Amino acid sequence: MIRIMPPHPETWLRVTEAGLYCEPGGFFVDPTRPVDRAIITHGHSDHARPGHAHVLATPETLAIMRERMGEDRAGTTQQALGYGEALTVNGVRVWLRPAGHVLGSAQVCLEWQGSRAVVSGDYKRRHDPTCPPFEPERCDVFVTEATFALPVFRHPPAAQEIGRLLASLALFPERTHVIGCYALGKAQRLIALLRQAGWDRPIPIHGALQRLCTLYETLGVKLGPLVPATVAAKDKLAGTIVLAPPSAIADRWARRLNEPVPCLASGWMRVRQRAKQGGVELPMVISDHADWPELLATCAEVEASEVWITHGREEALIHALGQQGIRGRALHLVGRGEEDAE
Amino acid sequence: MSVPAFAELLERLLFTPGRNGKVALIRQWFATQPDPDRGIGLAALAGELNFRTAKPALLRELIATRTDPVLFAMSYDYVGDLAETIALLWPEDARSNAPPPGLAEVVRTLDGAGRGEVPAIIAAWLHALDSGARLALIKLVTGGLRVGASARLAKVALAEWAGQEVGEIEEVWHGVRPPYLPLFAWLEGRGPRPDPAGQPIFRPLMLAHPLEAKDFEALHAPDWRAEWKWDGIRVQLTAGPGGRRLWSRSGEDISGSFPEIIAAMDFHAVADGELLVVRDGEVAPFADLQQRLNRKTVTAKMLKEFPAAVRLYDLLFEGEEDLRPLPFDARRARLEAWHERARPPLSSLSPLIGFGSMEELAAIRDGARAAAIEGLMLKRGDSPYTPGRVKGPWWKWKRDPLTLDCVLMYAQRGHGKRSSFYSDFTFGVWRGEELVPVGKAYSGYTDEELVWLDKWIRDHTTARFGPVREVERHLVLEVAFDAAQRSTRHKSGYALRFPRIARIRRDKPAAEADRVEAVEALVVGSLA
Ligand SMILES: [Zn+2]
Ligand SMILES: [Zn+2]
Repeated sequence: MIRIMPPHPETWLRVTEAGLYCEPGGFFVDPTRPVDRAIITHGHSDHARPGHAHVLATPETLAIMRERMGEDRAGTTQQALGYGEALTVNGVRVWLRPAGHVLGSAQVCLEWQGSRAVVSGDYKRRHDPTCPPFEPERCDVFVTEATFALPVFRHPPAAQEIGRLLASLALFPERTHVIGCYALGKAQRLIALLRQAGWDRPIPIHGALQRLCTLYETLGVKLGPLVPATVAAKDKLAGTIVLAPPSAIADRWARRLNEPVPCLASGWMRVRQRAKQGGVELPMVISDHADWPELLATCAEVEASEVWITHGREEALIHALGQQGIRGRALHLVGRGEEDAE
Repeated sequence: MSVPAFAELLERLLFTPGRNGKVALIRQWFATQPDPDRGIGLAALAGELNFRTAKPALLRELIATRTDPVLFAMSYDYVGDLAETIALLWPEDARSNAPPPGLAEVVRTLDGAGRGEVPAIIAAWLHALDSGARLALIKLVTGGLRVGASARLAKVALAEWAGQEVGEIEEVWHGVRPPYLPLFAWLEGRGPRPDPAGQPIFRPLMLAHPLEAKDFEALHAPDWRAEWKWDGIRVQLTAGPGGRRLWSRSGEDISGSFPEIIAAMDFHAVADGELLVVRDGEVAPFADLQQRLNRKTVTAKMLKEFPAAVRLYDLLFEGEEDLRPLPFDARRARLEAWHERARPPLSSLSPLIGFGSMEELAAIRDGARAAAIEGLMLKRGDSPYTPGRVKGPWWKWKRDPLTLDCVLMYAQRGHGKRSSFYSDFTFGVWRGEELVPVGKAYSGYTDEELVWLDKWIRDHTTARFGPVREVERHLVLEVAFDAAQRSTRHKSGYALRFPRIARIRRDKPAAEADRVEAVEALVVGSLA
């Protein structure tokens, strides 16, 4: 019996101008320009782009894409694939595993001729009440992000950061605490974390967050009472926690609130000089990306002999992986880290 | 939990721009922290915390044995601040269950520890803290603590928390020492008012406003007395049975830098004057005086090369008698009589300048070209000595060129031979509680000042944008320029013509730098 060595993933999974391309399967993962066949890891705009002919993703990601881009731009045909379901595309087996990043986020697992690659998209390992947790999948090549790939990035427990927010509100009970957060994922996670901390009052949200919060509710994520944050009724907002997009917390919209305390929830808030930019008064280190220990632990856990890095700070990660005997390779994918770089 | 609580206070102070917000944060500290930790925190805010600190090199060694050098270098390069890098990188897998140290415990332990024990003590503390608290601890133990609040603000918060007048706090302040247990006992109604009697205490100074064109027109010559405005630093001399002190304008004790002045203060009085370097009766340039400032030890060589003296212009107390309520003319007579009798060495009286009319005085001012003279001081003959900056009784009337005291905001690397230095400076003035840029200068300083500025900038960077660094808003620069005009070039709405750095005002708190109103006044018209 002849034993055939499985092909190295770099022979069938390549970086092209449009992004990562699976040659035998004839499809791209998170392509940056319109293509014929795309598999999308999650709904953030640096991964899910409009105009593909055929789109495969989790039902939640497809719903998010339709909500954000409109039915007609979210793929001419959409094909849903649930977590753990598998299908075969031109001989390439394809299945999805939760990435724990935002609702619907998935790692794309690919296997061809006994050789397996996992494209993780963006991911985190912390508990998130709004989406299922990351599931490691053993593979030969693990394709990872590296947004927070420096050892200085270790996210504290999210509950602790929520505690700091509530303590600030107790100290400044008349001031409106406005938290800057991204519309997809971060906003809903913050709301869920506030609910877990016992904050059951209606939460005013900026208009830009409304549609995705409604969609999350439709998809079964309970967020509790939300109300529009209309600046016209600013007295009603005194002493409340308001959620808004990051761009809104320092602009005229927020200044019309009652002595606002601008807060920003992001992994970047770990470093002071980053936090000092943009007039943030209460930096909150809450991230939907893996921190440094989680990146290293995940790479070890999937037992991959090679780790490919899509975007972020790859130098430090390649160095640290090398010390664990894992070969790291920077893919330098362009156009990543735009929306959810936080 | 007090190092973590203190860390949270520092963090919030750093990010809270508004005065009221800062006061609320400090008040909460006094209300919730136990003795003696809250007093140690107060001392840190007031800049009065003195204990045996550790060298930054020690921290660097501690982290070097616990991290990969490549990852450390990448992290330091990204974070830009050594203490913060160490705090963020400190390994957490060895996190101990020991309770976090208290502030007072840190100070007491370091003061009592043998040199060889210090590294292990600090490492054990770091293992018991989270990253935010580690940063506060590292800054504290290396003496690099910088607080986003002034000593004055801490006292205001203390007064508000206790329902006292801040003036009352100032009166007793120099009679108490960290951790201020009698002070807190008094403020909480548990003990008597601390008695500053006998202790040399600082009396807040009477300050002058810059004279503007519209003010000048209203002056009636016979009401006014004129003195030279000396280019030194303002000091208060306090001497009596309880001791001798030389205070800076903000009440900082600078006795240690000027032992010869202290030695000469063989009297019982409180006097107000200008500290200068004087050689053979000639006042030396300000740069010479700078050689003597901020020195912990003074060598015999320094005493000889940069001999200090004071030029007195007011007498606040003679013996125990408070002269401050008396009018200026009466205090001046007392000053002259007292000086004639006491003849303290290394002191002279700042002469009164005779003039018949304001026009004549303007001509005297324009004619004064000596480097040691900045212009004139105008004081109303009937003005009592009122602490603070009351508008009207005292004016400072600087001669040309125009100058403004600005706060350094950004620095950029220079070009050519200066490319390794931060030599282009953007500075601002206050608009309300905000600093707004008013200009940029890249000349005027000496080579030594440039080296000093460059180091200061590297040590106080808060953000980097390519070649530009944003710095903490602490350093006051006296900027000389030829004219001020309205302009959209800078956020302040003004631009300065040929601005240059005339002087680094290390003695001046940033909060006392000039305001946009001062710039506007210079646009309206000069006095000449
Ligand atoms: Zn991304
Ligand atoms: Zn994402």
